[in-house]
Amino acid sequence: MKAGPLYQRDREWHPPALTPDYKTSVSRSPQYSMISLESSVSEITGPVFGHNDIDPLDKDLLSNYAKSGESPIGERIILHGRVLDENAKPVPNTLVEIWQANAGGRYRHKKDTYLAPIDPNFGGCGRTLSDENGYYHFRTVKPGAYPWRNWVNNWRPAHIHMSIFGTAFAQRLITQCYFEGDPLIDKCPIVKSIPDPQAIEQLIARLDLNATIPLDTIAYKFDIVVRGRRSTLFENRPEGN
Amino acid sequence: MRQELNYLKETPSQTAGPYVHIGLAPGAAGFDIYQQELGWDIAGPNAKGERIRVEGCVIDGMGSPIKDVLLEAWQANANGIYAHPEHEGEVEEGFRGWGRVITDFDTGEWGFDTVKPGPVKTPDGKVMAPHISLWIVARGINVGLQTRLYFEDETEANAADAVLNLVEWERRRQTLIARKSERDGKPVYRFDIKLQGQDETVFFDI
Repeated sequence: MKAGPLYQRDREWHPPALTPDYKTSVSRSPQYSMISLESSVSEITGPVFGHNDIDPLDKDLLSNYAKSGESPIGERIILHGRVLDENAKPVPNTLVEIWQANAGGRYRHKKDTYLAPIDPNFGGCGRTLSDENGYYHFRTVKPGAYPWRNWVNNWRPAHIHMSIFGTAFAQRLITQCYFEGDPLIDKCPIVKSIPDPQAIEQLIARLDLNATIPLDTIAYKFDIVVRGRRSTLFENRPEGN
Repeated sequence: MRQELNYLKETPSQTAGPYVHIGLAPGAAGFDIYQQELGWDIAGPNAKGERIRVEGCVIDGMGSPIKDVLLEAWQANANGIYAHPEHEGEVEEGFRGWGRVITDFDTGEWGFDTVKPGPVKTPDGKVMAPHISLWIVARGINVGLQTRLYFEDETEANAADAVLNLVEWERRRQTLIARKSERDGKPVYRFDIKLQGQDETVFFDI
């Protein structure tokens, strides 16, 4: 069986474009309805990456910007999981990219003027390819919460931004990974742009003691699901589906 | 009890936020961390076909250019073939067909150099007019927006294109067509994307 078109994206599961409590969405959300397209070859194909594109060290944020012999300050964590599709099939060799603030909630970005200091040994971005079973892992520090100008006193929960490719351009996804037990999750207008509480749960990484390295690094598990594709059950249809 | 379907749910999207550049385009944002930045060369040195430049702005509902956008492009080569195992045919060595740009922090302008894609033959024998798929993320955008860029000088192919013809309002089709000019002897296609309001760009649920 060949893989066919993608399952439709469940737009009630994802956040809608207009979520007024997240103020920036008000002027950046389209007013007209999207036009639905059936998958063509333009949508079911997407960029292919290989081991030549990235450095194996890119996935280690504890060392990829640290001076020799030094280390960033913060809680040392492993972030790991699998990239699967909606059929629970592993997605191998797909590019996963992350970026985040340092332990104090400060980004290494010229637009970030928060008074928490930059960490001289922490860059805050990483990337890796999932292995043949769809597994990926990063080593980093747990990011801190930070304030942002939305309401007068809004604080983002600790989070790591994640970008995933899958195998099709229509699977392209950016999301944010939160951490189990963070009391800011329930208060964040960006989190609450997602209407379904079950969908929010899917963005919360679980503490994973089994993957923790004793006396060294604590671990969180975060699985990522990209859109699945129909199997071609009826080959005689002209579209192949 | 009914049986369970047992499909997983897609991971819900979240905004890329204001600092997307440090993660996905650190070099372009002036942050030197990776040996190799991805996405700056769409077509590679060996690609055949016409070299073009594509540029524009992303404009919000107030009419202001957005200065913290990241755009990705996905396109076929000049023969209409995608660099992907599921599309039959060869692409030139080094042709990836995928690119990534950020807007200028001061002006909001973005642009990339590539080759003009050829018409894409779908496996069922249809032909799509030359186009580049674009994906837009930024602060305030909860789910990445998908659109397509078509070319002004492909009048006939555009008129027959199945996707353009799905847009019921002819006036709105124009929002998907990049305007051609020339600079230093090289074709430049202007494609401004309006997120909201009058002449709002058509976005697709793909």
